[in-house]
Amino acid sequence: MDNNNEFEPKIVAFVCNWCTYAGADLTGTSRIKYATNVKIVRFPCTGRIDFMLLLKAFAGGADGIIISGCHPNDCHYTSGNFHARRRWITFRHMLEILGVDVRRICFTWVSAAEGAKWADVVNDNVANIRKLGPYKEYTKVAQYFEKEAYNEQD
Amino acid sequence: MSKIEEKAVQMLGGDVKTVLGYEKGSKGTRPFFCHTTEDAAKLVYDENASTNLAAYLVKQEIKDEGKIGVCANTITLRAIAQLASENQIDMNSLALFTVLDEGKGDVKDFASVDDINAYLADKPLPDSEKYDNLDKKLEAMTSEERWTFWVNEFSRCIKCYACRAACPLCYCTRCITDVNRPQWINPWPSPMANMEWQVNRVMHMTGRCIGCGACQNACPVGIPIGYLSRKMLVDMSKEFGYIPGQAMKDGNSLSTFKPDDQENFIH
Repeated sequence: MDNNNEFEPKIVAFVCNWCTYAGADLTGTSRIKYATNVKIVRFPCTGRIDFMLLLKAFAGGADGIIISGCHPNDCHYTSGNFHARRRWITFRHMLEILGVDVRRICFTWVSAAEGAKWADVVNDNVANIRKLGPYKEYTKVAQYFEKEAYNEQD
Repeated sequence: MSKIEEKAVQMLGGDVKTVLGYEKGSKGTRPFFCHTTEDAAKLVYDENASTNLAAYLVKQEIKDEGKIGVCANTITLRAIAQLASENQIDMNSLALFTVLDEGKGDVKDFASVDDINAYLADKPLPDSEKYDNLDKKLEAMTSEERWTFWVNEFSRCIKCYACRAACPLCYCTRCITDVNRPQWINPWPSPMANMEWQVNRVMHMTGRCIGCGACQNACPVGIPIGYLSRKMLVDMSKEFGYIPGQAMKDGNSLSTFKPDDQENFIH
């Protein structure tokens, strides 16, 4: 292990059950290797992915987030991903206004047949987040009471 | 007898039980519920009548009073049109009127949402200058500077939820902050919990907010939360093609979609 001191990004992937989760499964069964930094959270649909989950992931120490689901017109529930896309347009803008680093959130569509694309998405993201480094700005604020205020009493 | 008093007396003589309007208070103009014809003389309407009265109209105890007359200002009209489009108030249980030229002109009645929209068509959103100044300041900042700015602002929040109470469109009977399974937003006022609350408030309001600035005016510590709502209102109205401050005919922006919504950020 010669990379012991290198920063390993923690990435949370919120994926839909019908396309990206099956796509990630295909990556495995196709025996394609990809980075192990990603923790996959399975949702029934991208339309179910609440914006608060993203904030909670960052607050919990995630350095990057991948959000992925069915391509437009392929949604198992017909329109879940269309609604999700609108929510992301809105939420991305909200985060930009607040100064949250939106480069750490990757939105993508990966279908059940795109096992190779999933591996690429994860690898690209890990490389990208590795460059950006840990998301200290966010976790510092999230741990306000645990760290700063607590230490003041010592 | 002023025109507004005349109107109120005439309404209270009919099927209207209460007239909601404004009266002179110790510090400017304040909301006033007029139940009797004797009280009607207290009703005033001028440029200081800036409270958004629509926040009262969604309360069950007000709805229970029966038909209610409302002496509405521009922002109240905007909010009523939006609430009616969300089926939160029944236009038939309202007797809606305003006094033209900031209280100096004639009394104008509104029978339907279309009447309101026709009246509002050429009315600008309030306090645009104030928001534009802050917008210029924040647009010039880098992402990190904006983050520091907002964390500092939110660190002053005391979680009083006055922004929620003042907003006519924040009407959920069980707010996300009142739910503790799961506890999405920590109840104590830490900068992160305060930011999460504001993100929720603004996101729930996007595409519905009518830009009245009631949230900003209600904030006791003066956090520019109205800017967040206004910025989202203006920018998203451009994105999704609606008129800021007017109720949308085909559903709110986050409850509808178009197959050709922009996708340039999705890889």
